[in-house]
Amino acid sequence: MSLNVLGAISPAAAGGDGEGFHAPTPAEFYQPLIGHGDFAITRPMVVLAISVALIAWFLVATTKRAAVVPGKGQWVTEGAYNFVRNGVARDIIGSHDFLRFVPLLFSMFMLILVNNLFGVIPPIQYPTMSRIGFPIALTLLVFVIYHAVGIRKNGAWGHIKHMIPPGLPKGIYVLIIPLELLTYFVTRPLTLALRLFGNMFAGHMLLLLFITGGEYMLIHGGIGLKAAGVGSFGMAFVLTAFEALIEFLQAYIFTLLAATYIAGSLADEH
Amino acid sequence: MTGNIAILGYGLSAIGPGVGIGLIFAAYINGVARQPEARGVLQGIAILGFALAEALAIFGLVLAFVFK
Repeated sequence: MSLNVLGAISPAAAGGDGEGFHAPTPAEFYQPLIGHGDFAITRPMVVLAISVALIAWFLVATTKRAAVVPGKGQWVTEGAYNFVRNGVARDIIGSHDFLRFVPLLFSMFMLILVNNLFGVIPPIQYPTMSRIGFPIALTLLVFVIYHAVGIRKNGAWGHIKHMIPPGLPKGIYVLIIPLELLTYFVTRPLTLALRLFGNMFAGHMLLLLFITGGEYMLIHGGIGLKAAGVGSFGMAFVLTAFEALIEFLQAYIFTLLAATYIAGSLADEH
Repeated sequence: MTGNIAILGYGLSAIGPGVGIGLIFAAYINGVARQPEARGVLQGIAILGFALAEALAIFGLVLAFVFK
């Protein structure tokens, strides 16, 4: 699969009946700011850098002078931290050794959440994760960690053996071993990266379609089309709110699945 | 009419996950209605199942763009 999924795609079918309307294409997600081609500084890179600076500043500023009675900022930070610590890490990994994974899961959750929410926040409006490279980088991190954790706990051979559910008849191993290896080495990282990418990409594409389509119908359409254009803009508003929900949900799901995979490598017995 | 047949493939691949996600949340709502105090536990499981079922639709979406 080409890594440059979005950049390589030529404009797809333009809007069927309108002569002038060009439906948004995946190519529009490639927005280089400096340079062009393989080595360019693109918009998502800048957005990611901004988000890292913003998260670091916010977390430090709200916890530097932590009070017993929290202020507004501290309340938000503590809420998010509690959510990841108790709602994800402790519930999934278990109270024995969840604490050493909380920093990873929390920073991952905050990074994805802020980058996703940038998809609907007006001055930026670009979800970083709609470029496949960024979810792949995060997934590689999770992939390496859940294997490393398993190998440190059970040893390399024990980690492989751990993937196979015990207590099965020997004959079924022919089927189950390839399936389990496929799950651990292909399906899990692939779905983890593609889920985040696909949701952000499709959601942003949908907003783009409703807004550009609404604009075209309002400006160039007849009276009936103008009414449809108003409806299209209305849908864009509704979908923006829906997108905000999806963006939060995807950050949660990514963290949840990362915790689940780590917990799976750590589990004592099946 | 011109277009890309791969988009039809995406439509087909969205049927199964659509039904599956509906079933998952139906079961979740049922569970919470019967036992409201189990909400916290059920929520995690429901979201996890939702994520796993949704993966198929996402595959369809990505493959629709890859194999054109």
